[in-house]
Amino acid sequence: MIPYEPKIVGFLCNWCSYAGADKAGTAQIPYPPNLRVVRVMCTGRVDPQFVLSAYREGADGVIILACHPGDCHYKEQNFRAIQRHRMLLRMLEPFGVGEERCRLDFVSAAEGESFARVVTGMVEELRALGPLGFGIDNTVASGSRRESGI
Amino acid sequence: MMTKPSVAIYWASSCGGCEISAANLHEHLLDFDANFQLVFCPCLVDAKVADVRAMADESIDVTLFNGAIRTDENVEMAHLLRRKSKVLVAYGACASSGSIPALSNLHSRDAHFKAIYADNPSIDNPDGVVPAVRTQMPEGELKLPRFHDRVKTLAQTVDVDYFVPGCPPESHQLWAILDLLIRGAELPPKGSILGGGRKSVCDECLRERKDKKIDRIRRPYEFVPDPKDCLLEQGMLCMGIATRDGCGALCPQANMPCNGCYGPPEGVLDQGAKMVGTLGSIIDIEPLKGLSEAAIREHVDRVLDGMPDYAGTFYKFTLAASLLEGARPRSGSEVPE
Repeated sequence: MIPYEPKIVGFLCNWCSYAGADKAGTAQIPYPPNLRVVRVMCTGRVDPQFVLSAYREGADGVIILACHPGDCHYKEQNFRAIQRHRMLLRMLEPFGVGEERCRLDFVSAAEGESFARVVTGMVEELRALGPLGFGIDNTVASGSRRESGI
Repeated sequence: MMTKPSVAIYWASSCGGCEISAANLHEHLLDFDANFQLVFCPCLVDAKVADVRAMADESIDVTLFNGAIRTDENVEMAHLLRRKSKVLVAYGACASSGSIPALSNLHSRDAHFKAIYADNPSIDNPDGVVPAVRTQMPEGELKLPRFHDRVKTLAQTVDVDYFVPGCPPESHQLWAILDLLIRGAELPPKGSILGGGRKSVCDECLRERKDKKIDRIRRPYEFVPDPKDCLLEQGMLCMGIATRDGCGALCPQANMPCNGCYGPPEGVLDQGAKMVGTLGSIIDIEPLKGLSEAAIREHVDRVLDGMPDYAGTFYKFTLAASLLEGARPRSGSEVPE
């Protein structure tokens, strides 16, 4: 049997965290390959529907990586991302999804090592937790409403 | 004489409110009777399931099916009425999106049975008896439909032609649909949502909207809101902003926040996620500026403490049709089927 490897979807801000991930790459800092990165222009653009859709399509965890507070390229949208994330955590708690599977952290363009550390830590934690189980195979294909796009 | 088109109204896991919405047609009930034959409706007419079984397939012109799918009986009736009906309508929030019964998807069947039949303070059940599919009694065997671990929508169970949102649907919307049938008008494409708009409740709401910025969440018992201003701007968690229009914004008119019974508007997959997105924008971010990362989290958490149950509030009417459909399966929670 192939050992379980968690799948993580990451929403990375174009201006800070995506550049931070790039920095980790150019500096050849190793980090596990479990993260699938989606580049967004700002974490303020991360619709909570994106996070739930990731779980539904089989992600075991989602991480949103933002600019440090005060450093947002669009001035203040990462504050809104933080507010959404804290509320999403409350909403997801009864679903059996805790903060270890729904994270928001801060990585600047200069913090390649920090990026690698955050991702490595999350992968290890999820490896210990096991699969989340919302993947499409576990749920019944629903009615036609589902087909409208986000 | 031409025979009148036949209509069936059935309730699965529901409260009966959808039947009341039909009774609320008032004087249009006479038009209903003049134009349709009500062939099956356990609430109103004396036709039995055996009578439905005896009907030819597709002999019922329209079935308004309300209620969610929770038991084997609900599934059986869904399949039976699908087979016997030309047009099957998921009528109301339960059949369309799970509604209140589907909130139980946040817990397992075991947990429900424990809460209802063992831990309930008004229950005296020393033997721990819970409903079983088969129970042997001196007089013979008793049978009950199997109680599922998950509540589903009608469309997750059988093929559905149309959806009518609302808890319950507004009677004038029901009449508009019946009127379409009476006039023999061409029906919209299969899968359409009938009896609702395409925008949000805010579009119909008469309250005055200004700048959306709130410093805390206020619940209805805490204060009497201003009757003219937007409830959301007063700190009430009004779901109108993430809810389909078509009801006429009745609750905000009565100084109560919209609780989202018409489900998400066009183009939205998940009403709860959209409410999180919305509120994350309108809770004032000014106090967060200059704080440390930890202090920001603490401050946001304090504001969010103003409301106890986010999942139950944001998914009150749509959990079964939401992106996650319910809590993740917890190992060992399944009762053997």
